[in-house]
Amino acid sequence: MPFEKIDRTAKELVYTVQDYFLFSWRAVLNLFSRPIYWADMILQSDIIGVGSATIVIFAGFFTGGVLAVQSAATLAAFGATAVTGRFVAMSMIRELGAVLTGIMVSGRNASSMASELGSMVVTEQIDAMRALGVDPMRKLVTPRIFACITMLFFLTIVSDFCGILGGAAVTVFMNHQNGTQYFSMAYEYLQFPDILQGLVKPLLFGFLIASIGCFYGMRTTGGTQGVGRSTIQAVVWASVMIIFSDLLVSIVMVSIFNR
Amino acid sequence: MNESFVSPIEPTTTEARSAVVEFRNVTVSFDGPPVLRDISFSVGPRETRILLGPAGVGKSVLLKATDGLVCPDSGSIFLFGEDIASMKERRLFAMRARTGMVFQEGALFDSLSVRDNVAYQLIQERVPDDEIDRRVKEALLFVGLEQTFSLFPGSLSGGMRRRVAIARALIRNPELLLYDSPTGGLDPVTSTTIIELIVKQRDFYKTPSIMVTHRLQDAFTMVTHRFDTETGGMVPLPEGETDPNTTFLMLNEGALIFDGTIDELVACDDPFVKEFLD
Repeated sequence: MPFEKIDRTAKELVYTVQDYFLFSWRAVLNLFSRPIYWADMILQSDIIGVGSATIVIFAGFFTGGVLAVQSAATLAAFGATAVTGRFVAMSMIRELGAVLTGIMVSGRNASSMASELGSMVVTEQIDAMRALGVDPMRKLVTPRIFACITMLFFLTIVSDFCGILGGAAVTVFMNHQNGTQYFSMAYEYLQFPDILQGLVKPLLFGFLIASIGCFYGMRTTGGTQGVGRSTIQAVVWASVMIIFSDLLVSIVMVSIFNR
Repeated sequence: MNESFVSPIEPTTTEARSAVVEFRNVTVSFDGPPVLRDISFSVGPRETRILLGPAGVGKSVLLKATDGLVCPDSGSIFLFGEDIASMKERRLFAMRARTGMVFQEGALFDSLSVRDNVAYQLIQERVPDDEIDRRVKEALLFVGLEQTFSLFPGSLSGGMRRRVAIARALIRNPELLLYDSPTGGLDPVTSTTIIELIVKQRDFYKTPSIMVTHRLQDAFTMVTHRFDTETGGMVPLPEGETDPNTTFLMLNEGALIFDGTIDELVACDDPFVKEFLD
């Protein structure tokens, strides 16, 4: 009996992964053939990009501030508080900017995608769209994926910038250190691989957030309860996959650039 | 109600000879026992088939399969002479654009206004705005809801939503209409309004259709009434007369147990049919 359950669960997992890859592949392929719904891409970019800007700005600023507070205390033990700027900038640009922005956007947008598409599935709006001769994958999924990848890239840059500013605010106003020194240290040690690493990640995270959100939304079953279930699964899996893929990208990048 | 919406469609000689829809031994299942088993029937030009049966016997699945929204496990479904059972989704979109489907709860897009819902296909086809407005107003006039042009579905009653859904299905003058329980959950007065629209579409535009319902009253109203262009309403046929183009199908537990006219239905010996009619 337990073996049957394990067997069934394993098969379901494999089918889900297979479905997800096929779903994502179709969504990406739609970018290379007509019709392409540009208006929906712009609309989704506005919803995801402009709509998430506030939370990303605040999250980035406060994270930079926390990094400055914590690092200054530790660095003071070695008489190295001068490198706070370097520490904050490197942490934000290489890791935290992308990951935190990804998780914030995932909480806000993967959930909204899953619940919006899920509601459309259970109220037969997706079937109605197909019956009206419009491909829901092209009309609903591809624009969301495109918009999420593009916007997460820019949101990460905003988050990095705000994080460094937050660190500067703490360093100057709370730790009473020199602001010029903070910024020169933050800038001086930055190298191309650091920036590349920080900007490759949001592209991947953006894809994961939108594809997972849409995937769970489009396979919703079981009425309004099912919509809730899809939303939870979308946020949980998008967040887990962001952190997991962050680990993989970091390993690859560090091994390539040895930094 | 306005009769100038579109001119009636006259089928060509070739079309008149062939069935608009034909099911050949169709079986459909979803991770379990078949929902539809070995279904065979056809819908001719100008013909209206009323699909009867209790809830949960596969009526909506059959309707969705007709439009290629559900893929059969075996058998063939011919829509406008082409087998859609194995057709790729991309080609199916073009086939579906020739049909009009009214879903159980209307399935209107919540985030779009009534105008944008009704004009959905036209907007995708980049029809000029002026023409869209004109055609939407005509379609809404046909269903008697011209005042809802700029409203959103959330502010409409259940009956109004169904009528907007009918307007959406009719706007491109479809060659086949599929109604999925269009009167389900509505009060008798609103149900009669909806049935009157369906009868008007049947008698005035002669569009072939399949209507799913579990309400016998609606089915009998359709077969015993005709649309009168002079009064602009539905009138009963003379005593003993029925509409020859309106026939019945009945499903039970996924199998087609009846296919025939109203007289054959009433005279049918099948115990389930008898129980259903009683």
